[in-house]
Amino acid sequence: MLNPGRTDTLLNTLSAWILGIVWVLPLAYAVWSAVHPSAYATRFELGAPLTLENFRAAWTAAPFPRYFANTFALVTSILAGQLVLATLAAYAFARFEFPGRDLAFALVLVQLMIMPDVVLVENYRTLRAIGLVDTLAGMALPYVASAFGIFLLRQTFKTVPRELEEAARIEGCGVLGVLWRVYIPLAKPVYLAYALVSVSYHWNNFLWPLVVSNSVETRPLTVGLAVFAGTDQGIDWGIINAATLIASGPLLVAFLIFQRQFVQSFLRAGIR
Amino acid sequence: MTGRHHAVVGWLLLLPAAVLLAAFTHYPAVATVWHSLWSTPKANRPARWAGLENYRALGDDPVFWTALVNNAWYALGTIVPSIALAIGMALWVDRKLVGRGLLRLAFFTPTVLPMIAVANIWLFFYTPDYGLLDQLRGSLGLAAHNWLGSRETVLGAVMAVAVWKEAGFFMIFYLAALQQQSPELREAAALEGCSRWQFFWRVTFPLLMPTTLFVLVNAVINAFRLVDHIVVMTRGGPDNASSLLLFYIYETGFRYWDASYAAALTVVLLAILALLALVQFGVLERRTHYQ
Repeated sequence: MLNPGRTDTLLNTLSAWILGIVWVLPLAYAVWSAVHPSAYATRFELGAPLTLENFRAAWTAAPFPRYFANTFALVTSILAGQLVLATLAAYAFARFEFPGRDLAFALVLVQLMIMPDVVLVENYRTLRAIGLVDTLAGMALPYVASAFGIFLLRQTFKTVPRELEEAARIEGCGVLGVLWRVYIPLAKPVYLAYALVSVSYHWNNFLWPLVVSNSVETRPLTVGLAVFAGTDQGIDWGIINAATLIASGPLLVAFLIFQRQFVQSFLRAGIR
Repeated sequence: MTGRHHAVVGWLLLLPAAVLLAAFTHYPAVATVWHSLWSTPKANRPARWAGLENYRALGDDPVFWTALVNNAWYALGTIVPSIALAIGMALWVDRKLVGRGLLRLAFFTPTVLPMIAVANIWLFFYTPDYGLLDQLRGSLGLAAHNWLGSRETVLGAVMAVAVWKEAGFFMIFYLAALQQQSPELREAAALEGCSRWQFFWRVTFPLLMPTTLFVLVNAVINAFRLVDHIVVMTRGGPDNASSLLLFYIYETGFRYWDASYAAALTVVLLAILALLALVQFGVLERRTHYQ
């Protein structure tokens, strides 16, 4: 019997919902304790008074505005660098014949396995040698050339009909002109998908920024949050949970608004 | 354009990315092998040639072996459940269930949270007495338990966190694959009198194989690459029971500042990743066409 009966649908709906509820419980509990006074943190009453006091306390207890600015600068500079470098490299791989191209492409793909996080000890040594420890530039640099971005854009550029490029050349476009007028506009959805994936990855990235930064001036949100939760706050969970929500808030809100685009982007970026 | 001109422009376009990739991917991979053969310089003693000394120390280091074994269990214990759950979730939200949109949202939301935030949320969830888990246990009359503080449960507890974060991410790939499967398959199977269990194992699951392979590769890499939650939740403890390889590298490199030994550990991690790449290449070659 392939077509589900009524009991069957009911059972499936029920189990799906149970799993769904289990899935939101940890987050829901954190939200509960963040929006209620600490007396109600573990008492679940519908009439419990709501408060934003925890958010205010967290916001003033740590330099969150500075952390936000750092994360914003980090994420945008990485993205900008990635887009420029990946576009140029992808164009070279997709449309130019040069000796060593296939070997170079294979070497680029190596980064899909050896991500900068994995070789953090050596990369830290390099940063120290060039004096970029505890700078946002040093934090961004290892990620600016992205094998993943190059790969994604190369696949896209390869689908562009050559006739379009030839037509643009007849119109008098040079190499970069063709790239700008023909290839980049046609790859817009891929750029959007890549940008969303990159922003969420670097907004959330932790280990490498933790290693590189050791001052408030350079710490991104994730590291700032870990420092804040790690220093002894007398462990007021309401405040820590509020800080956690502050740090993940912008991305979470963006996701809730642009759900479909997020999921599409992750898919497009994943299925190569 | 002449062939030569073509080549020059091609290399020029590639150059900026190539320089950065070489500096932060290829050079460190090679340099870590070289540096692992030297001793760590101290204040009054420069680095000296150590040969395989670091590797000998590694063989005798119980913490290293614990981290390695932990990592193997951690990989197994996160990958299998998250893939199984992802398939289940995808099958559910692919059907016309009540509240399908909300369910999809519930499953996928952990994916967009930073791992650090996830770690904090679960730290709270696991807190002895106070946390939701112990409160639920308390209402069933069970005693409080220090989930992250005891050797027996800590690895399982951090695995649950990773599964929670990843399953929804893998779900979307399965969902996309399911939506591409032709409904005619189902009709044909119904005519043949196929049961749903048979249909899943004989038709749906084999057709999901490419997706499973893709998800598997991602899951394995993540199992060795993502240790943010370990840093926040357990610091590898108690007694290294939740230490993973990359976390041990981080500790060795940036808490004990033993760069040479950390380099040797990194070589082990790179060897594992290279092995995985070879397996992936062997298995996946037939279906991915790069050219």
